Amino acid sequence: MAVAVLVVSERLVGEVPDVTFELLGKGKELATSLGGELGVAVIGSGVGELPFGAADVAYVVDDPVLSSYAPSVFERALRAVVEAASPSVVLMSTGTAGIDLAASLAASLGAPMASYAIDLATEGETIVATSQLYGGKLLAEVALEGRPAVVSVIPGSFPADAGRAGGAPRIEAVPVAGLGEAGAQGMSIREPEATGVDITASDLLVSVGRGIGSKENLELVQELADVLKVPLAASRPIIDQGWLPKPHQVGKSGKKVKPAVYLALGISGAPEHLEGMRSAGTIIACNTDPKAPIFEVAHYGTTVDLFDLVPELTERLGG
Amino acid sequence: MNIVVVVRQLADLVEELEVNAEGTDIDRDFVKFVANEWDEAALEEALCLKETVGGTVTVVALDEPDVDQTLWTAAAKGADRLVKLTGNDPDGWVRTRERAARVAAWLRDNQPDLVLTGVQAADDVDGQTAGVLAAMLGWPHAAVVVGVEPDGSQVTVTQELGGGTLAISTLRTPAVLGIQAARQAPRYAPISRIRQAQQSTPIEEVGVPEPEVGALATVRRLFPPPAKGGAQMLEGSAAEVAEQIVEILRSKGLVRA
Amino acid sequence: MPIGGRKVPAQVIELEEAVVTSTISGREWDVSGGPSRMLAPRVLSDYSRRGFEAIAALDGGESLEWCYGCGRCVPVCPVDIVGEYGLRKLHRMVQTGADLFSADQLWMCTTCGNCLRVCPKQVNMIKVMPAVREVAVANGTIPNELQGVMEKTFRYGNALGENPRRRHAWTKGAGVPVRVLAQDPSPVDVLFYVEDYWSYHPRGQQAAQAFARILTAAGVDFAILGAEEKTIGDSQRLAGERGLFEALMEDVVATLGRYEFRRIVTPDPHAFNALVKVYPSYGHHYEVLHYTQLLAPLMDKLPLEQPVEARVTFHDPCYLGRHNGVYDAPREVLRAIPGLELVEMGRCRENSYCCGGGGGGMWLDGFNANHLSERLSERRVREAAATGADILAVCCPYEVSRFEDAAKSTGNEHLRVLDIAELVEMAMAPVSAEA
Repeated sequence: MAVAVLVVSERLVGEVPDVTFELLGKGKELATSLGGELGVAVIGSGVGELPFGAADVAYVVDDPVLSSYAPSVFERALRAVVEAASPSVVLMSTGTAGIDLAASLAASLGAPMASYAIDLATEGETIVATSQLYGGKLLAEVALEGRPAVVSVIPGSFPADAGRAGGAPRIEAVPVAGLGEAGAQGMSIREPEATGVDITASDLLVSVGRGIGSKENLELVQELADVLKVPLAASRPIIDQGWLPKPHQVGKSGKKVKPAVYLALGISGAPEHLEGMRSAGTIIACNTDPKAPIFEVAHYGTTVDLFDLVPELTERLGG
Repeated sequence: MNIVVVVRQLADLVEELEVNAEGTDIDRDFVKFVANEWDEAALEEALCLKETVGGTVTVVALDEPDVDQTLWTAAAKGADRLVKLTGNDPDGWVRTRERAARVAAWLRDNQPDLVLTGVQAADDVDGQTAGVLAAMLGWPHAAVVVGVEPDGSQVTVTQELGGGTLAISTLRTPAVLGIQAARQAPRYAPISRIRQAQQSTPIEEVGVPEPEVGALATVRRLFPPPAKGGAQMLEGSAAEVAEQIVEILRSKGLVRA
Repeated sequence: MPIGGRKVPAQVIELEEAVVTSTISGREWDVSGGPSRMLAPRVLSDYSRRGFEAIAALDGGESLEWCYGCGRCVPVCPVDIVGEYGLRKLHRMVQTGADLFSADQLWMCTTCGNCLRVCPKQVNMIKVMPAVREVAVANGTIPNELQGVMEKTFRYGNALGENPRRRHAWTKGAGVPVRVLAQDPSPVDVLFYVEDYWSYHPRGQQAAQAFARILTAAGVDFAILGAEEKTIGDSQRLAGERGLFEALMEDVVATLGRYEFRRIVTPDPHAFNALVKVYPSYGHHYEVLHYTQLLAPLMDKLPLEQPVEARVTFHDPCYLGRHNGVYDAPREVLRAIPGLELVEMGRCRENSYCCGGGGGGMWLDGFNANHLSERLSERRVREAAATGADILAVCCPYEVSRFEDAAKSTGNEHLRVLDIAELVEMAMAPVSAEA
């Protein structure tokens, strides 16, 4: 059977990320409707056990040159895999490796490409992707007709569990010549140091506003943030009072944040604050004033008092 | 070091974006176009590189609405040369592949040491410019770049991998980089200097031939995502609301177990 | 303090032959040589003139070095009350070698003008600060918040970065028809120049809507520019972007030139100031009123039937009062409101205490926080609350949000902050659209 869908696994350091399993799950579905196999490309150095039971075949490029990441080198390896597998569809994520490799691969093959996909389907031989554009303001229905159809997918679009399976794919080692002559060389991978607070880097933020009342009351919310292992953020008045240092400030004169979830506690939603967080994925607002402007941008809201809500949350989340 | 910064315009996201009558593009008639914010970061990095290692910064753009303003602002910030490539449809949606092909044609004739552009743009459904450009030119590339250090005929690049992890690699020049963030925030261009640039800095117009772009995905339709309405109010006691919030967090994978 | 002076090395005088004779005993002492050692009179101070020269070379910067250190400016400087500031202190800073162009202190002045009012040498910080700031901005030394505001103003024609096409969205909730000149360009009596904060800020929009209803009730023929309106940008000018101000002025003058109107009425003292003082120097002359000046003679035309039983204190905006001499019109309007008891704060009229919003201060709160024990608006709110007032009345669009925030952060939530237009409306019988 030919390989219908090739998923490019993106493990550059540490564990295989969830998004690879998400793509495997969806890829299996697509491969089945296209009547072909699901392949997974594994590119790295010292490639050990492959938790890719969902795939039928794994194309492995294992070379010491690939122990550190350099896009052009990995691209050469991926190109070789694509030539060996000859898939109808190539799936990657919109993480860094996807941004580096997907568009470049598609351009060099003269193949159609769709990025920022949040959904995928087949219509006969055509691949149809739904892509998010303009900062999420518009969706595009995109049809890919050439081969291979290259799609990069936004992480979180599909369930990861669908791609986890026991067993192992059959392995095909792919020899690649000239990995050292790609014009680039990976040097090192550096894990982040735990220095200071960067609220812009967190997927989830617990943010407090004037409703907290006093510096002492902050402890209550800090506990919740600690249990969730996320930083505490705050609106301007909290910072101005000196209850939290400046790096925690969200808003016009603080930081702009775009977490997947923004939990706003006791924040009224002044325009200056909204400017810093309105593009958060999901905004959950807690404010005793049902007319607080924050409810106009929040996705979920509650008028329960934050002093009652926070301990309940902390308890349920393991505090 | 001879650096080229590729910039482009985008519909200003402060606007309410509407879909045109055919449903295949945004309605471009009343929209204001502004410089892509990541391209501004790329320009800033280029200017910083010029300040540290010397050289020239050339800013290249296609023929798009209000692009002259963006080019003059770049000159006000310190860019040396402004180039506008003509031949594309200025009022339509110029897809990434076509953009890159036009710019690649000019780059082949002008051989810079380094090409910087923003890591992405809000409408690049065909994928991100840096990688596409590099593929067409056969040059090394890297995107989501947050650090650039020239080193003779090479450049050492720091990429953000996510979760704060960084990958460091060296690329042989000429190379194409997709900039995520410059080493400092984009500098301010005093308005008086922009007005001065309008008077004194010429924009070179260069025609490029119709490019080959290979197979492009077809955008069948654009549509707004399903409407949300106002906040969905969670009802019940504090305990009940807490349950609902925890469920929301769980469904987004933000809580273990 | 004498300016300049170059420190001269000590010049020693020793007399080779010197004899001192007592006038009482006639006894003589020989103090030849070393014992007769003296120092010649000389200049001891070592102030370089370079700092002053750099500033005096700027158009508008000449007056800084006239200061002779009397110190009258310091007690009236609003920033000194909550920090360490004042014209005399800045002069001393420059004299002792500090570089004002790169100092944080450059951004702390709100150009309130109280120092100029009392200065016997007429050192004019309203001219000096913008001149120095212009150079700093050109060099790239501009606080981040302010940079964002300048960029937004240039791009969108308003300091808030809001969509220019929604500039007249506030008219939807006005309850009365508001003519937009682009849709109906026939001649009009009053061009109501709304400005940014009344157009876009929720509290400003409420005041704008109230004002529209008042104008309708008074039978005033008025219209707005709507989406064509751009901010006049006087505060941006004072914060160092003269280029931006001039670019805006070109657009504003061109837009105004397309319509026929008798006078411009604005709620914004900063726009008022520019139209009255700055535009004429570029050759553009209009008849301009602050909205309280329009309302004061019209108060008897309004159906003021509902007494506003409240103790109200009034904050004189710097750019309406001190800069342009308009103190009475707002008071006339307030006194015409039945039931309203007007109490003055100690620092009122010419000595009004700045809210901190002028000269770019509106966008520098974060930057200046390190230098101030509290915000100027907080200091002022304490003063207002101390009068026992229930309401702090204002008539500058910057003030409502500044004072409301300050009321909350100083624990004075009981003090309501209302624009004069809102107070007038509270006293009016409800207006119907047919009226």
